[in-house]
Amino acid sequence: MSKIIWLIPLMPFVGSITLMLFGKNLRRSHIGYLGVSSVGISALLTALLAIEFMQNQEVLETLVWTWMQVGSFAPGISFYFDGLTLVMMSVITGVGFLIHLFSTEFMEEDPSYARYFAYLNMFVASMLILVMADNLLLLYLGWEGVGVCSYLLVGFWYQHSANGHAARKAFIVTRIGDTAMALGLLLLFSHLGTLDIQVLMGKASQVWEVGENIPLIACLLLVCGAVGKSAQLPLHTWLPDAMAGPTPVSALIHAATMVTAGVYLIARTHGLFLLAPDAMIVVAIIGVVTSLMAAFTALMQTDIKRILAYSTISQIGYMFLALGVGAWSAGIFHLMTHAFFKALLFLGSGAIIHCLHHEHNIFKMGGLRTRMPVTFWSFMIGSAALAALPMTSGFFSKDQILLQAYQLPDLGPGLWMAGLLGALLTAIYSFRLVFVVFFGEANTEPDKDTEWRMAIPLSILCFLALIGGYFTIPVVDVFPVTGGSHPAHWVEYVSISVPIVGLVIAYFVFLNRRINIETLTTSSFGRGLGNLWLSGWGIDWLYDRLFVRPYYRLANLLKSEPVDVIYNAIVELNQLLNLWLSKSQTGRLRWYLVSMVAGLIILISLASNLGPGVLQW
Amino acid sequence: MDGLDIPLNHILFISSLLFAIGMLGLMIRRNIIFILMSLEVMLNSAALAFVAAGAHWGQPDGQVVFMLILTVAAAEVAVGLGLVLQVQKRFKTLDMDHANRMQG
Repeated sequence: MSKIIWLIPLMPFVGSITLMLFGKNLRRSHIGYLGVSSVGISALLTALLAIEFMQNQEVLETLVWTWMQVGSFAPGISFYFDGLTLVMMSVITGVGFLIHLFSTEFMEEDPSYARYFAYLNMFVASMLILVMADNLLLLYLGWEGVGVCSYLLVGFWYQHSANGHAARKAFIVTRIGDTAMALGLLLLFSHLGTLDIQVLMGKASQVWEVGENIPLIACLLLVCGAVGKSAQLPLHTWLPDAMAGPTPVSALIHAATMVTAGVYLIARTHGLFLLAPDAMIVVAIIGVVTSLMAAFTALMQTDIKRILAYSTISQIGYMFLALGVGAWSAGIFHLMTHAFFKALLFLGSGAIIHCLHHEHNIFKMGGLRTRMPVTFWSFMIGSAALAALPMTSGFFSKDQILLQAYQLPDLGPGLWMAGLLGALLTAIYSFRLVFVVFFGEANTEPDKDTEWRMAIPLSILCFLALIGGYFTIPVVDVFPVTGGSHPAHWVEYVSISVPIVGLVIAYFVFLNRRINIETLTTSSFGRGLGNLWLSGWGIDWLYDRLFVRPYYRLANLLKSEPVDVIYNAIVELNQLLNLWLSKSQTGRLRWYLVSMVAGLIILISLASNLGPGVLQW
Repeated sequence: MDGLDIPLNHILFISSLLFAIGMLGLMIRRNIIFILMSLEVMLNSAALAFVAAGAHWGQPDGQVVFMLILTVAAAEVAVGLGLVLQVQKRFKTLDMDHANRMQG
């Protein structure tokens, strides 16, 4: 099994290349088979690998070939396989397969069917390379690969310029983080002389003491990369706009896998972060602030996909919080459960959008409970897991994170309180979504029902979102053991009860309407705050003023090429002189003679005045 | 050679006068034949000055240069008359004011 581990990323890659080259000549059904089966085979191979790993717990390292060799620096196309890699690969291929299957129905009527699956397969291949890479350079290759695929898929319906704009925004904003990350890699390489992750961790702990400056800077640069990819403050603005892509793409890339790459990166290089406690504090604070900010924003959104996008940002904030407090396995656990329930929610919203003539506004839906039962139950389970109601998968992972955050000295209780507030808001906005969309008056009638290709992925994900919390992820050997003592019981009880309180509040506000928020939302303060949240705390506006507009202004200034004015002036002066002198070329012989004689007379008179004796007889 | 002793200044005056006449003719005549003739007058005025100066200083150089000028003038007339024929052929006139197509 270890011999053919390289087949796993190769299958989607081959599928993608085949679809790119021959997609135009293939029948639609064949395109679907090819696109789904390539990921399906990868998922099967991953499952076999998982069974083997469960038996012998063997860490695999495979060198496929040496990528390049420059002196002693020889990064390979080489894979490293341990428990963490297994979790990530299972999520990518498993959830990826379900989303591919879902896509065959969702994209059925799209003219660019082959192009869609080519991009999606390429994404899965890049993402697998990212998580399987044993050196940071190969990881960076996958990192950029998923960035490109994200760009291509966000701008998939490129005929609308707004989609192209969203795609460019996603690409450019993440590129800011990626540049910092590249700098981080260079810094690490210049100090340690290697990019092989395991060797690097070993060397780093030998060379550097805890709390030194260089590992701190390197970690902060890596965090910048992670923040860009995982849509955390201050580089989160691309994710809500990235919802312009097809909904299954949002489920796969912008919820389940790619946006969690930053979490994976930090977890993978945790040895480095342990040397820089300050960087971990930064990660925790970024996480908790982002999760609160995004949760408040999600409360006010009306576009179903934007609600989910902000909730994704918020949930990844929890993962960052977990990483920041050193709860590595809890963070990865939340990554996995989040992949299940968020993919479920996105696919559910995809089903609604598919059956409701591409309607995105939740206030134009309503009453879908009886009309789309499969989707309704998907949303109920997904939202319950998202809100971390007890016994769902989200509960187990979020509870672990909050409890471990509480145990952090000094900052711990503060982070815990903020996390609880976020959990309360999460419960409110997720059930607001459910109550508004599925209960109440029906505003739009669905024109078709979900077929098996949509229903099966939804059902499987429902199952996973429910029982995902009972999985044990095999990362015990990967991460150092944390959190020995158990916090007081009341802490746990509070953590459990907060989401339920949120659910009850949402019930009374949005369904039962016992609590009237009319007066609050119509007051000037409430409206102002609401608008602020609706616009995502005005961060887009701020960036527009701070970066985009000054850049445009500068570009406009430089458009006229101010430096060239000097050179153009010289040219123009010469042309003017030329024009003037060529006027004297009349073509008249006598005119030339007269001017010659005149010149001669002037010369002679000048000479006779200047020097006596020049014209002596 | 004994004989009339004409002061150099007088000859130079004649020479200048001829030069001025030639130059004036050059400037005011429009017929190319006359222009060429005026040119000839100017050349000869210069030649005269050379000969007179040579005689005055008792040097042969003046006459040598005169021979050179004579040759140049002959060559110039040969080329010039060729041009005159071409001008007549192209423009059906010898008026140089009509042959003014080469202008800036």
